[in-house]
Amino acid sequence: MDFNTVSDIVRLAWLAGASCFVIGLMRMNSPATARNGNLLSAGGMAVAIAATAILLFARPTADGSVNGTGWVIIVIGVLVGGGAGLYSARTVKMTAMPQLVSLFNAVGGGAAALIAIDDYLGLKAAPDPQINVATVLDIVIGSITFSGSLIASGKLQGLIAGKPIMIPAGRIVTVALAVVTVVGAIFLWAGNLSVPVMLIILAAALIFGVTMVLPIGGADMPVVISLLNSFTGTAVAMAGFVLGNDVLIIAGALVGASGAILTKLMADAMNRSVLNIMIGGFGGGEGTQTAVGAGGSVRAIGADDVAIQLAYAQNVIVVPGYGLAVAQAQHAVRELAELLEDRGVDVKYAIHPVAGRMPGHMNVLLAEANVPYPQLREMDDINPEFDRCDVALVVGANDVTNPAARRPGSPVSGMPILDVDHAKSIVVIKRSMGRGYAGIDNELYTNPKTGMLFADAKDGLAALTAAVKAL
Amino acid sequence: MSPELLSALTVFVLAILVGFAVISKVPATLHTPLMSGANSIHGIVLVGSMFIAIEATDLASQLLSLVAVAFATMNVVGGYVVTDRMLQMFKKKPVAPKTVDLTAEQAEG
Repeated sequence: MDFNTVSDIVRLAWLAGASCFVIGLMRMNSPATARNGNLLSAGGMAVAIAATAILLFARPTADGSVNGTGWVIIVIGVLVGGGAGLYSARTVKMTAMPQLVSLFNAVGGGAAALIAIDDYLGLKAAPDPQINVATVLDIVIGSITFSGSLIASGKLQGLIAGKPIMIPAGRIVTVALAVVTVVGAIFLWAGNLSVPVMLIILAAALIFGVTMVLPIGGADMPVVISLLNSFTGTAVAMAGFVLGNDVLIIAGALVGASGAILTKLMADAMNRSVLNIMIGGFGGGEGTQTAVGAGGSVRAIGADDVAIQLAYAQNVIVVPGYGLAVAQAQHAVRELAELLEDRGVDVKYAIHPVAGRMPGHMNVLLAEANVPYPQLREMDDINPEFDRCDVALVVGANDVTNPAARRPGSPVSGMPILDVDHAKSIVVIKRSMGRGYAGIDNELYTNPKTGMLFADAKDGLAALTAAVKAL
Repeated sequence: MSPELLSALTVFVLAILVGFAVISKVPATLHTPLMSGANSIHGIVLVGSMFIAIEATDLASQLLSLVAVAFATMNVVGGYVVTDRMLQMFKKKPVAPKTVDLTAEQAEG
């Protein structure tokens, strides 16, 4: 078989791989076919990579020899990277998933940037301007997503303070970096071949990624990760232009589009623009503590009282939030819910689109605990049911339940919320009167219908389960 | 503009439109797995990393491409495995115990 035939077959294999990515994403529409869709996508990836290996092996080189060092690099890289990826993906706790996804996003963007850097270093003369545009864009976008995703991951992991970090004159620094990047890019696009200028752009883009994400509060990280995911896709598509490779362009553009849509959906759910989030500085971050009872009287309630309310209710709606994720209380809540269901109580879960740290974060956690997904109800679907609900059990959720959002003049104003205050009775499990990321008091807590069970989510739920069993 | 670049641009724009069409239908429940799944798809950058690795002749290129291959593989492998871990939890009701009981009964009978 001559090389042209091999090359044609490999291109068809890439086309098949790209088709698998599209169909795989389509199958992720429904929970029933989602896993299958992901496996199809992974299969397409395996085919594309194997085909590439065959192409590289069959390709005639200038002097007819095999580049042994090149193969050693590939094998070592695949073993090291694959091992690290496999180990971290299999051992990560479900609650730490967002930062791991962000880390994978960082290395993907880093790889895309490295391709353009390597390409640029190998240039003998200024390239075709159109390719040059792609090279510079790849370096800029890939570097921003690399450093930005690492910071986002660090914030979620708690390595970097989750609260917005304001750099002195931060805006000016960020704008200055952007100007340096743009001026440098135009200089290169004008047909100048200059490695030092490329390195300056690289450095400016890396620092820009850091200064862009640092001022954003930990709770806005889902939107940031989603945006950076979209950036990586775009960077990979640019790498495809640099190398003249269609499969990189298709897959990169797919991810760029998906990340953009997802980012918009998440920002919409918070009733904020993406720009507003990226400007940052919103709220005081987590852990802002105030004394119990600040701004109104709060009614504390004991586990035994709550257990009686729950056990004799008809309808109970559980409202999970980030506190549930932090306390790893997903199994505890499922245990309590099953116990109540055995007693004939109808239990549902109300999932706010931005509860937790990633869109769908709560769904994943509860699914891990074997909560059947038909019980997980989205906001618009469940809100009318709060009127008929006997007890709303809020576990570690805060701002997404704050009725202040319905009035203008509050940082959360206009954000769609769960109508928890419509329930006949409300129980909030919370460690303290600490504020949510919006940094404001939650009027729900001072509602006369609300009882506060001050406990860690897991301990509180365990106490409730024990108390219901004892009835 | 060269014909190659023009066709690459065509593919790029159409792929973006396909991405919009496919993604906008996904329910919020699956947004996290979707983000993670899309994240693994851009691990296709491994294909590009392999190209630069095989063409690397000087030390700088070899080091850059080694890091690129390792990064990209981590993205691919980790991304798909972690997405699969999330998705395998989306089950209707735990049916496994019942099947086990059934086979146990059959074995006894």
